[in-house]
Amino acid sequence: MLELATVQGVSLEAQGVDDSPLAIRGLTVSYGQKPAVFSVDMTVQRGGMTAIIGPNGAGKSTLLKAALGIVSPLSGQVTVFGQPLEDQRARIAYVPQRASVDWDFPTRAIDVVLMGLSRQLGLLGRVRARHLDRAIECLNRVGMREFADRQIGQLSGGQQQRVFLARALAQDADLYLLDEPFAGVDAATEKAIIAVLKSLKEAGKTVVVVHHDLATVADYFDHVFLINTRKIAEGPVAEAFTADTLQSAYGGRLATAQIDQISRALG
Amino acid sequence: MLWDALSLQLGYNATLVAIGATLLGVSAGVTGTFLFLRKRALVSDAISHATLPGVCLAFMVLVAFGGDGRNLIGLLLGSAISAWVGLLCMNWLTRHTRLAEDAAIGAVLSVFFGFGIVLLTVIQTMGVGRQAGLEGFLLGSTAGMLWADALIIAVGGAATLGLVMIIRRPMMLVAFDPEYAAARGLPVHRIDLAMMGLVMAVTVVGLKIVGLILIVALLIIPPVTARFWTNRSDYVVVLSGLAGGLAGYLGAALSASAPNLPTGPIIVLVSFGFFVLSLLLAPTRGVLAAILRHVRFQRRVHIRQGLLALAQGQKIYEPLTIRLLRRAGVVRADGVATEAGKACAAKALRDEKRWEVVRADQAHEATAALYDGLRDIETVLTRDQIAEIDRRIGGPQGVAT
Repeated sequence: MLELATVQGVSLEAQGVDDSPLAIRGLTVSYGQKPAVFSVDMTVQRGGMTAIIGPNGAGKSTLLKAALGIVSPLSGQVTVFGQPLEDQRARIAYVPQRASVDWDFPTRAIDVVLMGLSRQLGLLGRVRARHLDRAIECLNRVGMREFADRQIGQLSGGQQQRVFLARALAQDADLYLLDEPFAGVDAATEKAIIAVLKSLKEAGKTVVVVHHDLATVADYFDHVFLINTRKIAEGPVAEAFTADTLQSAYGGRLATAQIDQISRALG
Repeated sequence: MLWDALSLQLGYNATLVAIGATLLGVSAGVTGTFLFLRKRALVSDAISHATLPGVCLAFMVLVAFGGDGRNLIGLLLGSAISAWVGLLCMNWLTRHTRLAEDAAIGAVLSVFFGFGIVLLTVIQTMGVGRQAGLEGFLLGSTAGMLWADALIIAVGGAATLGLVMIIRRPMMLVAFDPEYAAARGLPVHRIDLAMMGLVMAVTVVGLKIVGLILIVALLIIPPVTARFWTNRSDYVVVLSGLAGGLAGYLGAALSASAPNLPTGPIIVLVSFGFFVLSLLLAPTRGVLAAILRHVRFQRRVHIRQGLLALAQGQKIYEPLTIRLLRRAGVVRADGVATEAGKACAAKALRDEKRWEVVRADQAHEATAALYDGLRDIETVLTRDQIAEIDRRIGGPQGVAT
């Protein structure tokens, strides 16, 4: 484990931590007496797609939440584009896990997307035509334009996920953090989401995704970050996403057949 | 008499009470919406019960310093302070102990209220206490309401309403998706505290009219009522304010129209009346609409099942199915299909086959998602598409007899 971390240390220096979209140093988060994330360093590469991978309960979501200040860490520092988090909030868009929302809440798809514009709207500003146009445009990008007036509970799981992505798009951020966007969604939604994420990447944005499907990692992502409470490996998919790193991240939990399959897929 | 009350012609006091109750109803309805959507409705009950010790202590202090113990501003100030202390206790219990919010509410509510009742009893044994009328704060007492009292309610209610309008967006965002709100950098705990502070302000303002025991009804019933009518949070806020204001006005007028009707409880009952009407009559979310929807759906299922059974030459046993088919002119009284019925049945069977093709074909994915076994295929496909599907199935097929 130690060796792997050092290997990645090389590319870390090459990139330069100073202006990384998201740099985490010595982060420890604990619920009660058991650390969920322990002394983790992470340096997200600018303008690519990074997957955060690890077994259930490995601290993937917690890492993301701590990076955003949603949960408070015991120790560690987070910088965003080389600045303190609080100064850079406007440049970050977050898509939480779908389960965190009350689906009977009286709000329509378009209202959810308008929440992404709350910074432009301010406290007292009225929702104007240009705000609505922008929200509709974002819904259109995720293929949900016709559903703008639906109450969110009347959408399927995949459609809900796309609406939440549209809300993040409305923020027009530089760094996108998504927590398990592909969990429990249909194939059409997965395709739509990945297309949007790739277009963000092409526009020079940075995308970080908590991901659980090992089979699609090589297809979707440029970089991986393997975690199991501690950092296991970090780097380009070809280097850091190997049978060895997976074995140390998942321990015995991953069948050899699965690892073989993934190794073959990677060539 | 009632008309006089409604048109504010029952004298000075009744008019003051009606205006005060309307303003209180609007601000309670609007503020309560955020509490309701944040799923913290019962917090308001703890806050309101926590006002009692403050009222009593304020009275004692006022008397001790030789002032008038019934000074409303002094009493309300006292109630606000003790409600705020109760609020902080509750907040501390939920955040720093393992107690869940419901337990914290129960603890704060009962302890503060108990302490308040003890103080109230002590005050009544005091010489000046007997005329204090502090027990009026329990259920409200509008009999001796003064111009100054109405003014306090009006100003307090309007100020609360204004503050709610200013922080409505952050409050709504926190209510809907607190994690996202935190990720946007919103101070979630402080916004929650502000929301409960506003609820406290409404409670304090409403002590004189509805009293601390029933104020929770003014905060919660209007938003619940409004929720029946709309799926938009901004409309819920507005409708809730309207329902609250109207209940306040009608309740105050009703109680003024006959002697010995208590204002606060009547307002609550009127509000409850709106709730029952909404529960029954609201489109889509109302109970009657839901029953109607269910019955209609059940009929469609029965007719479809019956038609398919006819087409396949099976006997129909279900009495409801036979009755529905007879009414539609599909079968005769003896259960034999009419000519028109046979055609319908054949069509149903054919639609079933067409649907099979649609559902098996990737190109029709979006249409296939609409399949519920009941829909006429013409409602989802064009004539040309159906013709194309029919070519795949083959020519028309007769009904089995």
